[in-house]
Amino acid sequence: MRIEARAEPSRLMAWLSPVLALAITVLVGVALFVLLGKDPVKGLLVFFHEPVRNVYALTELGVKATPLVLCALGLAACFRANVWNIGAEGQLVAGAIAGGGVALLATPETGRALLPLILVAGVLGGIAWAGIVALLRDRFNANEILVSLMLVYVAQLALSFLVHGPWKDPQGYNFPQTRMFVPEALVPVLVPSSRLHLGAPIALVAVAVTWVFMFRTFAGYQLQVGGLAPLAARYAGFSSRRALWTSLSISGGFAGLAGALEAAGPLGQLTPHVSPGYGFAAIIVAFVGRLHPVGIVLAALLMSMFYIGGELAQSRLGLPNALTGVFQGLLLVALLACDTLIHYRIRPGR
Amino acid sequence: MHPRLQLDGITKRYPAVVANDEVSLTVMPGEIHAVLGENGAGKSTLMKAIYGAVRPDAGTIHWNGVPIDVRSPAEARTHGISMVFQHFSLFDSLTVAENVLLGLDRSVSLAAVTEGIRDKAGEYGLEIDPRRPVHTLSVGERQRVEIVRALLTDPRLLILDEPTSVLTPQAVERLFVTLRQLASTGCSILYISHKLDEIRALCHRCTVLRAGRVAGVVDPAVQTNAELSRLMIGAEPPRVEHRPRTPGALALRVDALSLPARDAHGVALEAVSLDVHAGEIVGVAGVSGNGQAELLAALSGEDPRAAASAVQLQGRGVGRASPAARRRLGLHFVPEERLGRGAVPSLSLAQNVLLTRADARTLGRAGWISHARFEAIARAVIARFGVKAGGPGAPAASLSGGNLQKFIVGREVDADPKVLVVAQPTWGVDVGAAAQIRAELLALRDAGCALLVVSEELDELFEITDRLHVIARGRLSPSIETARATVEQVGVWMSGLWPAAGETADAH
Repeated sequence: MRIEARAEPSRLMAWLSPVLALAITVLVGVALFVLLGKDPVKGLLVFFHEPVRNVYALTELGVKATPLVLCALGLAACFRANVWNIGAEGQLVAGAIAGGGVALLATPETGRALLPLILVAGVLGGIAWAGIVALLRDRFNANEILVSLMLVYVAQLALSFLVHGPWKDPQGYNFPQTRMFVPEALVPVLVPSSRLHLGAPIALVAVAVTWVFMFRTFAGYQLQVGGLAPLAARYAGFSSRRALWTSLSISGGFAGLAGALEAAGPLGQLTPHVSPGYGFAAIIVAFVGRLHPVGIVLAALLMSMFYIGGELAQSRLGLPNALTGVFQGLLLVALLACDTLIHYRIRPGR
Repeated sequence: MHPRLQLDGITKRYPAVVANDEVSLTVMPGEIHAVLGENGAGKSTLMKAIYGAVRPDAGTIHWNGVPIDVRSPAEARTHGISMVFQHFSLFDSLTVAENVLLGLDRSVSLAAVTEGIRDKAGEYGLEIDPRRPVHTLSVGERQRVEIVRALLTDPRLLILDEPTSVLTPQAVERLFVTLRQLASTGCSILYISHKLDEIRALCHRCTVLRAGRVAGVVDPAVQTNAELSRLMIGAEPPRVEHRPRTPGALALRVDALSLPARDAHGVALEAVSLDVHAGEIVGVAGVSGNGQAELLAALSGEDPRAAASAVQLQGRGVGRASPAARRRLGLHFVPEERLGRGAVPSLSLAQNVLLTRADARTLGRAGWISHARFEAIARAVIARFGVKAGGPGAPAASLSGGNLQKFIVGREVDADPKVLVVAQPTWGVDVGAAAQIRAELLALRDAGCALLVVSEELDELFEITDRLHVIARGRLSPSIETARATVEQVGVWMSGLWPAAGETADAH
């Protein structure tokens, strides 16, 4: 068997590839359910019907999709600039720490005025964390993949230290968590008796802003040329350093915002686990969404279904929660395989 | 005697175009057979069919009288068919010897391959260091690697695609001696070229392709250039009018520019000095890999290491300025590499206009991109330069090399530059397009632009330049009036042997 490049990759297939990848994921999922001795129909219903069954389920979908969209938008900017930031999770945690730190300062007397500050602190925290990656790459040519990934663990340990130590709730029965934020410091909920908060429309605004930045501003254009053809960027005089700093700042800012929204939103406090891996799942979201802002929204909704489905599979079918990660990974592998086969074909023989 | 190679009715259809339409071709043992045609005439497809890189839809191939079905380049090589492509297939990160080893029998050791390359290169007068990594080689040097790689397989049929475009006149002569010698041992040669003089000097027979069909099979030795052109493009080649110049003020000055090499295999520039005035075209001749790339990068701003005063635009030192800052002062640049440097392959032509044309005029202060404005520029360039493209929305990668070059030259000419630096303006471009590009450069000169043309094609430099420099091993010769220069003299200079300043009245 050998692999050879196709003369002309189909453009239609390039768009259909995510759909195809989803279909493959579902098929493998069915096989998985059968192997585990579960009813595959029931399994699929849990993953693909339950999360959209009623208004409450839909709001939960939105709650999960919000941080995914924000993180994936920033990652798409990085990936388009050929900057391989895979540490959105760490930038999200840094944003949660910064935003949560401000939220802890809030009292009923400070009122609503502090909320914008919480979000801004989250953005700045994320940018600072991503800035470390940019600085090390810029000054010492350190590999941004390794640095950004390692900084995830540093951020998580820093958070863990804070909630186990200085920020621990004195009345919290020694649980590693901060006290609940005062209601004035919380992100307003949109739909009564749900958890869907202001973060969802903020994420949609971020989608529009990112789209405009990528496709309608010269700065976004420069970023993409740097990723597509570094020599052409140099020929044109576009600075690769600026592309590095810009893309990492966007990514850090959005991920940090997502972290602050999580802390001051559904969680209402800081715990060692502010994110069930949103920053990593967002890598898959960014690619399944074809690095396009609108595609990212659709992909984020799909990934949220996996999150919710995984939780439900635990209670309804007695399956491990790891199933979420399995489905997410399957989707990415299937997508990469589809993309490869769009550009190459396999021929029998030598 | 059976023909070495006989093609009958070869047809290859692509979704949009019939690349080869019932093409027949016969090559005898020891024959040097030219295949002449414009870009897009189907030469490459035909060669790929012989070499097994493309499966024809119809037609037969006979090899020494036996019908064969060449399914892959590896199979072609087992028959003794070797090919030197115009677009090289070399791995940048590997050395010359490692690249050659990859294409050979695996049981050979790297040391043996290194030795083999040295021997073959010496035998055919092709300078090459087998231990150099390919990414440090210029286009011309890479082509030498490809030629040596092909020769190492001791082919019975050697296909050469535009092999002389990067050689000195003396080296072309040496190559011709080599090819004739190779042919006299019985090896057949398929020689693809657009250089009519070379074909007439070297080849025994010539098959002319036009729009995928055979337009004629002739003996090139008894044909005139005009007759060959008529067969190839169906018309007389356009003539370029070169009127005497009236040079104006000094526009670009390079003043004792010295730059250390960027890496172990780069070329250091040593006290390079040249002047270009408004309304003149100054040429830089030389074999590739002698410092052209380094000089061009220092001029364009891609390499801003030079002293500020070493590069002066209208009297202003810009040696450290970025390419964008130099463009604002009126210096535009057409690089040698079209895809990936002069244009972003996956972006549309309109979006590629933005690469070098994003300024206050086109962009506005806020930095918003108005697609309509760039589409209008792209459309204007396409129309004025006769670029064959699907429109302003066509990706740059979808254009043929010649058409993309017309677009890139057009984009820079359309910017109304005060100084235009052009590298290899017509490399791999067909006759009609090349004449058009040269005419545009001359028109730009007559409009008062200062032009510096760096080219490895001497014919071209003699055709359009007013003064000539030669670059060799990072040093630049004094300039000579083109009208008083001879090919022989410039050829000698290319080896670095020019008289010291002051010894010749021609020196400026």
